[in-house]
Amino acid sequence: MSQAKLLVEGVSRVFPAARGGKPTRALEPVDLQVGANDFITILGPSGCGKSTLLRIVAGLDRPSSGRVLLDGRPVAGPGPDRGVVFQSYTLFPWLTVAENIEFGLREKGMPAAERRGIVEAYLDKVGLRGFEGHYPRQLSGGMQQRTAIARALANDPEILLLDEPFGALDNQTRALMQELLLGIWEREAKTVLFVTHDIEEAIFMASRVVVMTARPGRIKADVRVDLPHPRHYTIKTSPEFSALKAQLTEEIRAEAVLAAAEH
Amino acid sequence: MPMLRPLEPVGRGPRLVLGVSFFVLFVAVWAFATLGGYVSRTFLADPLTMVQDGWLLLTRFGFLGDIGVTVWRVLGGFVLAAVVAVPLGILMGAYKPVEAFLEPFVSFARYLPASAFVPLLILWAGIGETQKLLVIFIGSVFQIVLMVAVAVGQTRRDLVEAAYTLGATDRGVVRRVLIPANAPEIAEILRLVLGWAWTYVIVAEFIGSSSGIGHMIIESQALLATGQIIFGIIVIGLIGLVSDFAFKALNRALFRWRLA
Repeated sequence: MSQAKLLVEGVSRVFPAARGGKPTRALEPVDLQVGANDFITILGPSGCGKSTLLRIVAGLDRPSSGRVLLDGRPVAGPGPDRGVVFQSYTLFPWLTVAENIEFGLREKGMPAAERRGIVEAYLDKVGLRGFEGHYPRQLSGGMQQRTAIARALANDPEILLLDEPFGALDNQTRALMQELLLGIWEREAKTVLFVTHDIEEAIFMASRVVVMTARPGRIKADVRVDLPHPRHYTIKTSPEFSALKAQLTEEIRAEAVLAAAEH
Repeated sequence: MPMLRPLEPVGRGPRLVLGVSFFVLFVAVWAFATLGGYVSRTFLADPLTMVQDGWLLLTRFGFLGDIGVTVWRVLGGFVLAAVVAVPLGILMGAYKPVEAFLEPFVSFARYLPASAFVPLLILWAGIGETQKLLVIFIGSVFQIVLMVAVAVGQTRRDLVEAAYTLGATDRGVVRRVLIPANAPEIAEILRLVLGWAWTYVIVAEFIGSSSGIGHMIIESQALLATGQIIFGIIVIGLIGLVSDFAFKALNRALFRWRLA
C-alpha cells in the first residue's frame, strides 16, 4: 500500500450513560489505514458505529481513546481538509446551488472571479448546469446530494467523507449517483471514505470494503475489490461481483442477526 | 355530507366570502342591539353614531395628528427595542455562557408588565415622549431577546456541522449560518411583537398624555362618547392590520428561498 493518507489508531467511542443506564460502547478500538487515492467503503448494519467512526474522522465527534492522523497530523476538529457529505440534506436553504458550492471558497477568502471558475467546473461535473440559480427546496433529493458533493469537492479536500449520502434516494437515482461519484473519483484521484449499509453499493464503488460488526462496532473483515476501472453499472451482474456479494452477504448477515436480536 | 372534512382546504373565493361575512354579521348584531334599543346609548354607541363621531374627530378635532403621534411612538419604541434585542438574542442563542448569564433574568423580566412601569417611568422621565418610548421599549425588548435566542438556539445542528467541515470559523458560523438561517424567524418575531407594542402605547397614553389615540380614548370616556372610543379602537385595529400585511409582504420579498 502507498503511504497512508489517513490513519485511524485505536479509535473507540463510549457514550456516557443516560440517567441510571449503562454507558453505550458504540465503537470498540478501531485501526484503519487509508492510502492516497483509495476508495474505501465501510459496510455494516445500522447502529454499528460506522457513522460514529466517520464523524470522528471528520472531527465532529471526539474519540474516547485513540487518534486520527491525516497526512501525519492529528485531527482536532472539523476542517476544510476533510470534506463531508451527510445523509440528511444539509445544503444551506437560503443559498442557491452556486452559492452553496462556493460556500467553502468564500470562507477561505478566495476572490470572486476565481470562485466562479471553480463553481462553473463543478456545476458541469455533477450535471447541474442550468440549476445554479435554484434554491435547494426547488431540487429533488438526488440533485441536492449532487450539489452537496460538489460543495464538498469544490474545497479540494484531502479526503472526502460520505455518510450514507444516497440512503434517502430511490433505487434508480441511487445507482446513477454511484456512477457519478465513481466517475469523478476515477478521473480526479481523490481519497474517499464512504459509509453504507448497502452491500452492492459498497462493492461497486470500493477499492476496499471494510466490514464492521454489530454494536459495539469493530472491524470484522477488510476485503479488496479488484474489479477493473472504469466500472460500468453492468459489472454488477458479473460473476466476480456476484462472488464478492455472496461473501460479504455472509459476513454482514451474521452481524445483522446479532443487531436484530439486540434491538 | 362531505362539506366539512377535517383539513380539507377551502378555495380563494369562498374564503374571502366567509371572512367578510363575519365582519358583516358582527356589525349587524351590533346595529341590531343598539339601533333596536336593546342597549342603552349611554354605554354603547350604534355603528352610525360611531362613523359620525369618527368623521368629526378627523375633520374637526385633528385626530389624524393623534394617530400620527401614536404611530411614531410605537415605531420609535419598537425600533429601539429591536436594535438592542435582536443582536443580544443572537448572542444568547449562539453562545451558551451568554445565555446562562442572561436567560434567567430576561425570562423573569419579560413577565414584568410594561403598563405597571408607567408610574415609575413618569417619575424618571416625566410625561414626555421619552417615557412613552420607554414603556414600549420595556414591553418589547425582553420578549424579542428571548424569542430570538430560542430561534437561534434551535438552528439545525447539521447545517452548523456542514459549515464547519467547509472551513467556517466560529464567527463565520454565526454570521453566515445562524443569522441567515434564522432571519425569516426573526422577522416573524418582530411582526408579532409589533402587534403587542400597540397595546403598550395605548396604556402609556392613558396616563399623563396630551396627545395620541389613547389620550383621545380616555378623554372620550369622561364625555361618555362611546362612539369616539370605538372609532379609536377600530383605527388601531386597522393600522395593526395594515402594518401586519406590510410586514408579511416584506418578509415574503426578503426571504424568497423559504417559499421557493
